[in-house]
Amino acid sequence: MQEDAAIIEIRNLDKFFGKFQALADVSLSVRSGERVVICGPSGSGKSTLIRCINRLEEHSAGQLTVDGIELDDETKNIRAVRMEVGMVFQQFNLFPHLTVLENLTVGPMRVRKISRRKAEERARKYLERVHIPEQAEKYPAQLSGGQQQRVAIARSLCMEPRIMLFDEPTSALDPEMINEVLDVMVELAESGMTMICVTHEMGFARKVADMMVFMEEGRIIESAPPAEFFSSPKSERCRMFLDQILEH
Amino acid sequence: MKKIRKKLHWLDFVLIAALVGIFGYIWFQIEGKLNYNWRWEVIPYYMFRFDEEKGRWVSNILIHGLVTTIRISIYASVLAVILGTILGLARCANNLAIRMLARTYLEFLRNIPPLVVIFIFFFFLSEQLVAAFNIEGWARGIARQENNGIWVFFFGDMRRFPSMISGVIVLALFESAFVGEIVRAGIESVDRGQREAARSLGMSWYAETRYIVLPQALRKVLPPLANQFISLIKDSSIISLISVQELTYKTTEIVSSSRMIFEAWITTAALYFILCFSLSLLFRYLESSSKLDKTKA
Repeated sequence: MQEDAAIIEIRNLDKFFGKFQALADVSLSVRSGERVVICGPSGSGKSTLIRCINRLEEHSAGQLTVDGIELDDETKNIRAVRMEVGMVFQQFNLFPHLTVLENLTVGPMRVRKISRRKAEERARKYLERVHIPEQAEKYPAQLSGGQQQRVAIARSLCMEPRIMLFDEPTSALDPEMINEVLDVMVELAESGMTMICVTHEMGFARKVADMMVFMEEGRIIESAPPAEFFSSPKSERCRMFLDQILEH
Repeated sequence: MKKIRKKLHWLDFVLIAALVGIFGYIWFQIEGKLNYNWRWEVIPYYMFRFDEEKGRWVSNILIHGLVTTIRISIYASVLAVILGTILGLARCANNLAIRMLARTYLEFLRNIPPLVVIFIFFFFLSEQLVAAFNIEGWARGIARQENNGIWVFFFGDMRRFPSMISGVIVLALFESAFVGEIVRAGIESVDRGQREAARSLGMSWYAETRYIVLPQALRKVLPPLANQFISLIKDSSIISLISVQELTYKTTEIVSSSRMIFEAWITTAALYFILCFSLSLLFRYLESSSKLDKTKA
């Protein structure tokens, strides 16, 4: 694997919702194995940006290349990219009518077309990795929020993606459950996964990020390695934001 | 008894008295002025009669009609659910042309009286279909065979198969519009995040619909679908007008041959009521027992 080649290349991306501009001239390049943490006030376009990467949102202008595949209107390309890019949502979005195990096998079986036996084997392996192998036969509604989010992470990992996107994965969790999810994310980061996380968990960011990105009003205001980002942010807005969330 | 009596208000007694009065009056009219000759004792004969040739009891036309009604209702429901699911999906489609087509079909059915719809479907569609596929000849062939027990079990007398099948088609087409609306409501009630999660795994539209959206949608709309099934049984009486030999049609036959207007219609009403009411009790029971569903929080 080429460590230096950009696995995600975003150039001059614009996104409009009607007249509202959610992204304005965003450029970002992420190398394979790199961990990027995106932060910024709400409505700054962080979620929109990562949702563009797996085409849950269609960008209005600019260029977006993931793992050498350019995202355009070609359905084949979109699905090819989605198979390589896992996503974890704020609201977990587990499939409530399926057991935990079935949640994990439905993707590999229906998309990668692997056998049920192999898919279940793989599912149990990843349940082990997120530390809940004993919950396989339960339904999502029977699990706690933290457990649900870990199942959601395992569900994405079962597709064996090369990139993982996290859209505020801990924002909907009760405080006592945040750490169990962050622990899993740290382990994932240590395993060398390429990750883009939208989060306000600055402790996590300090620990794993290779690159910090600060967004406001649809623009990337600042991007820097965490040491530099936290100690001496260049922009006034970024400093104010950090002061606000790090105060307590 | 005591408890019930305590709950009754004096107004309730007035109401009961009024009802007794009204029915008493109707009774008096029938008995006194119409000089109607009640012959309830003949009704059981129309349900079951003793066959001298075979030497055993066999079912007679009322029961034949009832069985046909049940058969038609089951087949039409299955077909209506299939068509309705397709229609519901079409109503939620991204493609405008598909959405418009589905909408047009629905609006036609909603704004034309059922009876007219049934006639139009019958003459323009199901008769043509029956003719085009030569169902008539095919069914006669089976009717002439000796080992047609299975066919008779599922479809009754095979000589009547063409008329029965057009009844099923007509009824299914008519009900599919309502099933389609129920299914659409179910599809729309599935959280957007579910589709996004399915898509983010790389699922195609088909996989997303088949494995994620439809199972959840159909589970949610099971109670209204069950009610629609009961409606369908009641609506099935309309197809007696296109000479499908179901319960209502058989009753009109009895009435015209025996003149037992009141007995025959009251019996038929009772049969429909027992059928529909027991189904609605059954569905209510099933619904309350599924409240323990683990998939719900």
